[in-house]
Amino acid sequence: MTTKIRVATTSLAGCFGCHMSFLDIDERMLQLAEVVEFDRSPITDIEHCTNCDIGLIEGGVCNSENVHVLREFRKNCKILVAVGACAINGGLPAMRNFIPLEECLNEAYINGIGVENAQIPSDPELPLLLDKVRPIHEVVKIDYFLPGCPPSADVFWKFLTDLIEGREPSLSYELVHYD
Amino acid sequence: MSKTITIDGQVIPFEEGQTIMEAATEAGVYIPHLCHHPEYTPHGSCKLCNVNVNGRTCSACTFPAMEGQQILNDAKDINEERKKITQMLFVEGNHFCPSCEKTGNCQLQAVAYHLNMLDDHFPLFYPHRELDASHAEVLIDHNRCIFCTLCVRASQQKDGKDVFAISGRGINKHLIINAESGLLKDSELEATDQAAHVCPTGAILIKRTGYQVPIGERIYDHTQIDQVSLNSENIQHDN
Repeated sequence: MTTKIRVATTSLAGCFGCHMSFLDIDERMLQLAEVVEFDRSPITDIEHCTNCDIGLIEGGVCNSENVHVLREFRKNCKILVAVGACAINGGLPAMRNFIPLEECLNEAYINGIGVENAQIPSDPELPLLLDKVRPIHEVVKIDYFLPGCPPSADVFWKFLTDLIEGREPSLSYELVHYD
Repeated sequence: MSKTITIDGQVIPFEEGQTIMEAATEAGVYIPHLCHHPEYTPHGSCKLCNVNVNGRTCSACTFPAMEGQQILNDAKDINEERKKITQMLFVEGNHFCPSCEKTGNCQLQAVAYHLNMLDDHFPLFYPHRELDASHAEVLIDHNRCIFCTLCVRASQQKDGKDVFAISGRGINKHLIINAESGLLKDSELEATDQAAHVCPTGAILIKRTGYQVPIGERIYDHTQIDQVSLNSENIQHDN
């Protein structure tokens, strides 16, 4: 029976840059591991998250699988956190929102330079793309937001230690950046 | 004896004819603003400088200072409203800071930082807006325009030209350029014009200068906009 705080993380329409930045807490990860246990996360390879205290979501939603994963996190996490610019406003992937989806697919899979055997992928196992990339607060209720591209390691550290030690998380001016 | 107003309990003298914003700035009191610039006629459109004057909400940049006014400025509920206004400005345009040259020097971003805005709260509009890169030295990215009209006023009042105007209403509002083609290259705008430097966001940029100062060493990366604004009231039109 564990009394550790359970944390799940995932990257939806993101680049894993936020996860890399999280890892930049370096040796503080050992301190964190004393009180935290990771559930679903790239670190553990667990496929579905179970009851967790904190869920960290990187990236916005760009396809049907993102929506399912996000809802699974919301259902299982007491506190759900939008991590990074893409989760908060769609970020770089949302720049496709100004181009019709069909044009995007044609450019990538039909007319792109060097494309051979041109065809738009349609395997039933592939999640369907949404017409627009959306931030996650438009799909589920989000409890906290950590801005940045990516948020610095110190942002993760400050936020998680505040939360774990029972304080209302707050980020000072130096820790808030949108870039 | 000079006349005074009171802002958040602080007694502040003013000269007849001054706005609340002018009196506050002279006394070293910061009132958040985006469309206000001391060198140009006030516009009163961004509503970030909303203050409570004797129980009523007014724009500090347009409202005249009058003897005995009791004004609330740096109050929790007022700043919450300012944060909501800033969030609306963000969702109504396309403000992707990580890919914007102006990041760190942007006043829209800096006001948001100042108000500790961590999210956009509202659903995003993702409006389709154009980019005009036709001019040799100046670029306009309409995605980032917040319709503050500073470029309009700068062109008319300082440059002696009439390069910019706002057209349309509501969600169809947009910045237009005084040229038959509608393109910046066919307008009278020059890179040395104040209108090319006054934009508070990354909507009007001077080409090939965007990364001369690295991200992380820019104006608002370490200094809050209230300090920057008061120290240089005002921000000399450049990045």
